[in-house]
Amino acid sequence: MIELNDVSKTFTLHNQGSAVIEVFNDVSFRVAAGECVALTGASGAGKSTLMRMIYGNYLAQNGEIRIGDVDLVQAAPREVIQLRRDVLGYVSQFLRVVPRVSTLDVVAEPLRMVGVAADQAEIRARALLAQLNIPERLWSLSPTTFSGGEQQRVNIARGFAHNYPAMLLDEPTASLDAANREVVLSLIEDAKARGAAIIGIFHDEAARARVCDREIDVACFVPGVAA
Amino acid sequence: MTPLLSVQGLSKRYGAHIGCADVSFDLYPGEVMGIVGESGSGKSTLLNCMAGHLAPDTGQVVFDTRADGPQDTVTMSEPARRMLSRTDWAFVHQHARDGLRMGVSAGGNVGERLMAVGARHYGDIRGKATDWLERVEIDAARVDDRPTTFSGGMQQRLQIARNLVTGPRLVFMDEPTGGLDVSVQARLLDLLRGLVRDMGLSAIIVTHDLAVVRLLADRLMVMKSGHVVEAGLTDQVLDDPQHPYSQLLVSSVLQV
Repeated sequence: MIELNDVSKTFTLHNQGSAVIEVFNDVSFRVAAGECVALTGASGAGKSTLMRMIYGNYLAQNGEIRIGDVDLVQAAPREVIQLRRDVLGYVSQFLRVVPRVSTLDVVAEPLRMVGVAADQAEIRARALLAQLNIPERLWSLSPTTFSGGEQQRVNIARGFAHNYPAMLLDEPTASLDAANREVVLSLIEDAKARGAAIIGIFHDEAARARVCDREIDVACFVPGVAA
Repeated sequence: MTPLLSVQGLSKRYGAHIGCADVSFDLYPGEVMGIVGESGSGKSTLLNCMAGHLAPDTGQVVFDTRADGPQDTVTMSEPARRMLSRTDWAFVHQHARDGLRMGVSAGGNVGERLMAVGARHYGDIRGKATDWLERVEIDAARVDDRPTTFSGGMQQRLQIARNLVTGPRLVFMDEPTGGLDVSVQARLLDLLRGLVRDMGLSAIIVTHDLAVVRLLADRLMVMKSGHVVEAGLTDQVLDDPQHPYSQLLVSSVLQV
């Protein structure tokens, strides 16, 4: 489902003496449907960078990043937009929303974008928010004023609203208490069971051991470190 | 899929000075594109050339019309272009006063566009105008008041209602949230996003506010000195800018 071939990435900082930072060389791996793969490595090793490249957020200089039958490195913006709407989900560490929009609408939006009727989308959003223990009295409020953990759970609910065939999870269990962590892990297991290909970053080793089938150490792709 | 708007090699010079040079892109139905850049980079010139307010020196602006398919609006006859700008196109000015008739009531401002496309039944026009005032969160009781009695944010929302009442397919916006305070801005952004999603609008938004494009635009073009220096997916351009000027622009934003 997700396939990377010889992907490399550099950052060129034109305004800081044109410094060139080589981030990755020849990244190649694949993730099959129903498989969950963890990206590991020390802080700053490039786990999030690699994940953002797979989301099309960071440009790769070379190689091929295939999600289904789309190559993100070559794809036009509208193909990427369509891919993100229908196929590729991403749960980031931070919730970014339009002010004033209610939590229910934030969670239902990905479903509305793929053409699910408003009432159906709301039923799903309600179920997810209840499952993630967000108190019902908060559902009509904008999540911008919520606590960090609540925002993260809203973000997860939004990420899991639509059944994406491919998902990227950036620290989905960080800063959650044991009960909510359990809910998130079961959501991931459900997604795997329905055949989603998942790439995740987990600092929580127990969580990683439970849901992940394989680990990929990103350090082996970093030039000058691997050798 | 046919692009809704296809711009090819559009250039405009003001004497020796470059307004915009050799701009090309395709905009597809339902897409929102942002154009950012510093003052004087040619954003508004480009927008005005596309919308038919300025005649470009060279280039094509091909619009997929409902009746006759793709047509070059630059070489189109003036009446045909004016018809387009009353029906399928809308233009939201930075200053609401440029897009409104200040001496006519709010309802009259919205109704005028309807009458321009042939509506004649007073009750229907008034009903639609009232409905649109409510959609842009203006109290329907203000329908007979003149825009001169409205606040800046209300005037901007009235301008949007006036523009969208005829169900356009393409909206040009020049700094739609400029000059408004942040709470009004947030409200307007929320409103615009909802309208874009529910009506399936395509839009081209010129702004210098990167937060606005991140929320509203799918795609982004960065302009400098009349040239497009970088174009791509909005979050890609903002998070991993490639051109020196885009990097400078993104890194100059103050963190709140």
